[in-house]
Amino acid sequence: MMLQSAPSISPDALLDVDNLVVEYPVGAKIVHAVSGVSLQIARGETLGLVGESGCGKSTLGRAVLQLRRPTSGRVSFDGQDLTAMHGDALRQMRRRVQLIFQDPIASLNPRRRIGDIVAEPLVIAGVKDPEKRERLVHEVLTAVGLDPTLVVGRLPHEFSGGQCQRICIARALILNPEFIVCDEPVSALDVSIRAQILNLLEEMKGRFGLTLLFIAHDLAVVKAVSDRVAVMYLGRLCEVGPSEQLFARPAHPYTALLIEAIPVPDPDVRPTETVPVGEPPSPIAPPSGCRFRTRCPRADQRCSDEVPELRAVAPGQFVACHHPLI
Amino acid sequence: MTGNTLLSVEDVVVDLPTPRGNLRAVDHVDLTVGAGQTLGVVGESGCGKTMLSRAILQLVPKKAKLSGRVMFDGQDLLQLSPEKLRKLRGRSLAVVFQDPMTSLNPVLTIGTQLIETLQEHLELNDATATRRSIELLAAVGIPAPEQRLAQYPHQLSGGMRQRVAIAIALSCEPKLLIADEPTTALDVTIQAQILDLLAREQRRRHMAMILITHDLGVVAGRTDEVAVMYAGRVVERAPTPALFKKMRMPYTEALLAALPKLDAAPHTPLPAISGRPPDPTRPLQGCSFSPRCRYAMSRCQREKPALEAAETSAHQFACFHPIETHADANV
Ligand SMILES: Nc1ncnc2c1ncn2[C@@H]1O[C@H](COP(=O)(O)OP(=O)(O)OP(=O)(O)O)[C@@H](O)[C@H]1O
Ligand SMILES: Nc1ncnc2c1ncn2[C@@H]1O[C@H](COP(=O)(O)OP(=O)(O)O)[C@@H](O)[C@H]1O
Ligand code: SF4
Ligand code: SF4
Ligand SMILES: [Mg+2]
Ligand SMILES: [Mg+2]
Repeated sequence: MMLQSAPSISPDALLDVDNLVVEYPVGAKIVHAVSGVSLQIARGETLGLVGESGCGKSTLGRAVLQLRRPTSGRVSFDGQDLTAMHGDALRQMRRRVQLIFQDPIASLNPRRRIGDIVAEPLVIAGVKDPEKRERLVHEVLTAVGLDPTLVVGRLPHEFSGGQCQRICIARALILNPEFIVCDEPVSALDVSIRAQILNLLEEMKGRFGLTLLFIAHDLAVVKAVSDRVAVMYLGRLCEVGPSEQLFARPAHPYTALLIEAIPVPDPDVRPTETVPVGEPPSPIAPPSGCRFRTRCPRADQRCSDEVPELRAVAPGQFVACHHPLI
Repeated sequence: MTGNTLLSVEDVVVDLPTPRGNLRAVDHVDLTVGAGQTLGVVGESGCGKTMLSRAILQLVPKKAKLSGRVMFDGQDLLQLSPEKLRKLRGRSLAVVFQDPMTSLNPVLTIGTQLIETLQEHLELNDATATRRSIELLAAVGIPAPEQRLAQYPHQLSGGMRQRVAIAIALSCEPKLLIADEPTTALDVTIQAQILDLLAREQRRRHMAMILITHDLGVVAGRTDEVAVMYAGRVVERAPTPALFKKMRMPYTEALLAALPKLDAAPHTPLPAISGRPPDPTRPLQGCSFSPRCRYAMSRCQREKPALEAAETSAHQFACFHPIETHADANV
């Protein structure tokens, strides 16, 4: 089964990303940030997206929302091609999708009061009635566990990182979106606040009937909230599969490496020190063939000659590797 | 702690004046680190980990009031002249921060910074210092080290910058390295590499280390002893295996529970610790953890539990109602 078209999971895909390419010109060179990614997300599903810093996760998330226009490829949302949409049609569509960022403090305007920050999407969407806006702001702040009366009049710097992330989540929820890209929403938070925010996202997902693309670099965090996980390396997908299955039986050497790297809170589990030294090569000149080959213990000649395509290795599990682990 | 004590922190208090009143960032902390040993310091953000390490380094903010004793390698650091302290720091007492740019100078090349550090503390000529710099960069896993000497910090990735900061910290063969959340800003894979690197260099140099983190998973396999901090105090302290086998302090248990479990099914709610640590300018009368503690009883609101030894003197905790483990239930 050859697949550069997506591993199809459900006829009810809310989001269908087909062969997406995003390139950034830098001087005379080109950064190959996303190079032919296909994936689908079913309505009500959470798809986790993991990979190291710089592998293109944020770029993919932003291109899906058309905040950055892709170089090529197609993004369908609820059956409509976003890449072909412009102007009003796109603005209307954007009300149904939202983005939450990694750095909660930096993504809030320091000079605006929380009430105005959270109400801003309503203003942009043309909700003119101030009483209605106020009511909605109160509702959504309460939903994310903040006391609106204590919060609306204050400025972002008066809040901790965890509280700022709650405010960002409130802002993302206020237009009642169907789909949210969460771009490393907990990476900047410490262990206890991270757990609070992950729980909050899960609760909001149930309450608002959301579909999520959840981006992180920590596979343990991703697994906690995702139905399926997509593993990305240097602009390409390595592996996609149901969370538990992917954990129990990773097929791609890079997935195995990510699992290995998770710190386990058990002193009897000595860190293995097998994680190969090195970082991803430059996305300006990615390696030929399999992009992971410069760090892969299984690499051979074929890996530099041929780009591995995503193919099924188990029900629902797809891998792009010439020599998969299963 | 067995072996010879390299560092002993005795009754250290750090007070900071703030517009809201006095802020006690470190509240009567006692700790020891043996030569070649690793101590993990764990706790949520704001609980005083960084301020404690700055107290050890004698690098607290100017307006801060520091008291207690910090004995390092036979000297009381609080009594040393600024000149002597400067010599000590970077020589036998080194530090790596969470953000490598805290210790790197953005306008100097990697080479200049390494060579300057080496020449400041050791009497090396240019050629020897350059050769040592290249060796150090290679030792911390930087590819093509000769070429890196001419590069500036911004030309490196976050992981590479942290490696350079570690190379500089290791350059004069310190006896103690304080690593303050050295990997919190980094990816999981790079984190594993950096922690491996620190562990390897530590063994090779027989260097002691204080590893500060908010993630109990990070200290589990990589430390000899763990001190858990909460609201400026050490609330549990034990040899690492003993701590994980038999956690007594509810806060430690809660920190561990908040980590995502690899064997839990997706969408399992995490047992998060509700709320935040108390406002450090408004210390509580009783146990600082009591508003968030699921075991709290009325005494916990009235009195502050002292850090006391459990069964073994090596395992201490500050709690009136410590967690009873299975082992206890059987006796
Ligand atoms: N505006 C831009 N111009 C040029 N290159 C860019 C731009 N934005 C991103 N890149 C490059 O594209 C690649 C992918 O970036 P992206 O931000 O999507 O990665 P990421 O996985 O989100 O990483 P991080 O975890 O660091 O945010 C990187 O090499 C990055 O340097
Ligand atoms: N320069 C400073 N002035 C006033 N308060 C400070 C300063 N630095 C830290 N604090 C406060 O001291 C407490 C402990 O801080 P810190 O040691 O940085 O904690 P951690 O490293 O565990 O995050 C916190 O309440 C923090 O807000
Ligand atoms: S295709 Fe080859 S280099 Fe790539 S992951 Fe598979 S074995 Fe490794
Ligand atoms: S002393 Fe009381 S409140 Fe404090 S940790 Fe122990 S049981 Fe909880
Ligand atoms: Mg990103
Ligand atoms: Mg800190």
